[in-house]
Amino acid sequence: MLKMSALIQTREHPFVREILGRSDFAIIGGLVEPNTKVLDLGCGDGELLEWLAGNKTVEGRGIEISSARVQRAIRRGVSAYQGDIDQGLADYPDLAFDYVILSQTLQETRHPLGVLKEMLRVGRHAIVTFPNFGHWSVRLAHLFSGRAPKTRLFPHSWYDSPNIHFLTVKDFEELVRQENWTVERKIFLSGHHLGRLLPNLMAEVAVFLVRP
Amino acid sequence: MIVKPQHARLDSLSLDCGASLAQVDVVYETYGALNASRSNAILLLHALSGDAHVAGISEETGKPGWWDNSVGPGKAFDTEKYFMICSNVLGGCRGTTGPASVNPATGAPYAMSFPVITIPDMVRLQKKLIDHLGVERLLAVAGGSMGGMQALEWAVAYPESVVAAIPIATTARHSAQQIAFNEVGRQAIMADPDWNEGNYYGGKPPGRGLSVARMVGHITYMSDESMREKFGRRLREKDRYGFDFSVDFEVESYLRYRGAQFVERFDANAYLYITKALDYFDLANGRGSLAEVLGKTVARFLVISFTSDWLYPTYQSLEIVNALRSRNRDVAYCELTSNYGHDAFLVDIGEQTEILRGFLANTYREKC
Repeated sequence: MLKMSALIQTREHPFVREILGRSDFAIIGGLVEPNTKVLDLGCGDGELLEWLAGNKTVEGRGIEISSARVQRAIRRGVSAYQGDIDQGLADYPDLAFDYVILSQTLQETRHPLGVLKEMLRVGRHAIVTFPNFGHWSVRLAHLFSGRAPKTRLFPHSWYDSPNIHFLTVKDFEELVRQENWTVERKIFLSGHHLGRLLPNLMAEVAVFLVRP
Repeated sequence: MIVKPQHARLDSLSLDCGASLAQVDVVYETYGALNASRSNAILLLHALSGDAHVAGISEETGKPGWWDNSVGPGKAFDTEKYFMICSNVLGGCRGTTGPASVNPATGAPYAMSFPVITIPDMVRLQKKLIDHLGVERLLAVAGGSMGGMQALEWAVAYPESVVAAIPIATTARHSAQQIAFNEVGRQAIMADPDWNEGNYYGGKPPGRGLSVARMVGHITYMSDESMREKFGRRLREKDRYGFDFSVDFEVESYLRYRGAQFVERFDANAYLYITKALDYFDLANGRGSLAEVLGKTVARFLVISFTSDWLYPTYQSLEIVNALRSRNRDVAYCELTSNYGHDAFLVDIGEQTEILRGFLANTYREKC
């Protein structure tokens, strides 16, 4: 498991300070081996890829749907491609990357299983992070309000939420078993703290390192 | 920044059509300074009606360059950091050898005896110029439209000489629609009796034909939105229709003005030759699939297209980008929002400037 000292050290980096609230970035930094090729799906402004290039001498590529965010990524030197994750992977050859990262975006894709399969076709490893819909706060919000849950993790109203597929830690692990993939590492986070106890209930964010 | 053109005379150039030119003159401009390691040179590549005067004020005409908004101190192509080179293309009419040049073998202008040239021929000549200037590797080759085609050809023909390629608003192959518009332009020139099979040097040039060709071209460089914004149905210096065939609408006046202005500075035969080179352009032709061809490049790519560009639409940029991605090449791609149509890369440069600046700075830092 990731050492807390490594996490703290990473968090002292100005980049990580800037992305407080995206604690999975620091974790991903710890999972990626140096001098590798990384594809970041939904790369946003390219922060993660820039950090990986600077700190891990990673050769990075990004896919991002928003033109404005792609522009900011390119401005910081990241090779970002403006396109859609659901279709955008098809052009890459098999095993083009060492790691394919999908950070907090799986629940926004139209075909999550298709995307995961493509990730494991073009990459040797997939790093998937997602907000855990099984977290107790989500369960309570739903139970007591009787409405679609609105929490810190899922702050949107049902009608304007980018999230179209909700999944829990258990759901993801079951899919991994069903597809015969191998989980190489899993990390659970609550706030900025690592936790191992009852992840399906306690983890706000789950990070999985998976290989075919 | 006052700029004056420079001149080089280069030895023979063999052409795709099988012919060769015994000697070739190249007129070019440079901006900024080449650094000691010769690693900061950028070749800028002009479009159909452009020329070597890309930035600054021309000593000869007093006019700013065609990409002056993007090339200069602190601009996208920062002359404080990089050494920029731009040459007039082969087959043009701004000093580099073309149909209006004197054939040394006959002492008369080539006219239609000038061999038909291609985009790869233009690039081969540019390579000779770069060698002549003592630059082994270009930090970047960059251009829009026809300039973008040359940037692609550079990356394919001289992979080791190009660190980054920046094709903007362009295509890897001319489409039927693009060929069709060029053919209309050529037919307009050749239908003008003053064209006289190309032999008009020393006499009256085919101004009416060339002007119509330019008018057609101009329409394709704009967009429905930009024409609506710029002209709408506004009448030109009148309150009601003239009920004749003089100028009624602003847009007519604008096109006529642009056509007439173009005749002053462009040679009709050069227009025939350059549009033919555009139409022949197919990066993959004879080299395998587009993916195979682009798979052999080593440059880092930045591809840019514009939403309202219907002459070189986004799908053509995506063909390039997806071919590169299919071979796992390093490519950044972005479609910028603009109402200006194909002209956007020249006039609507706000976002483009930021992208180019960041991409070039990063490439320079990482690779040079």
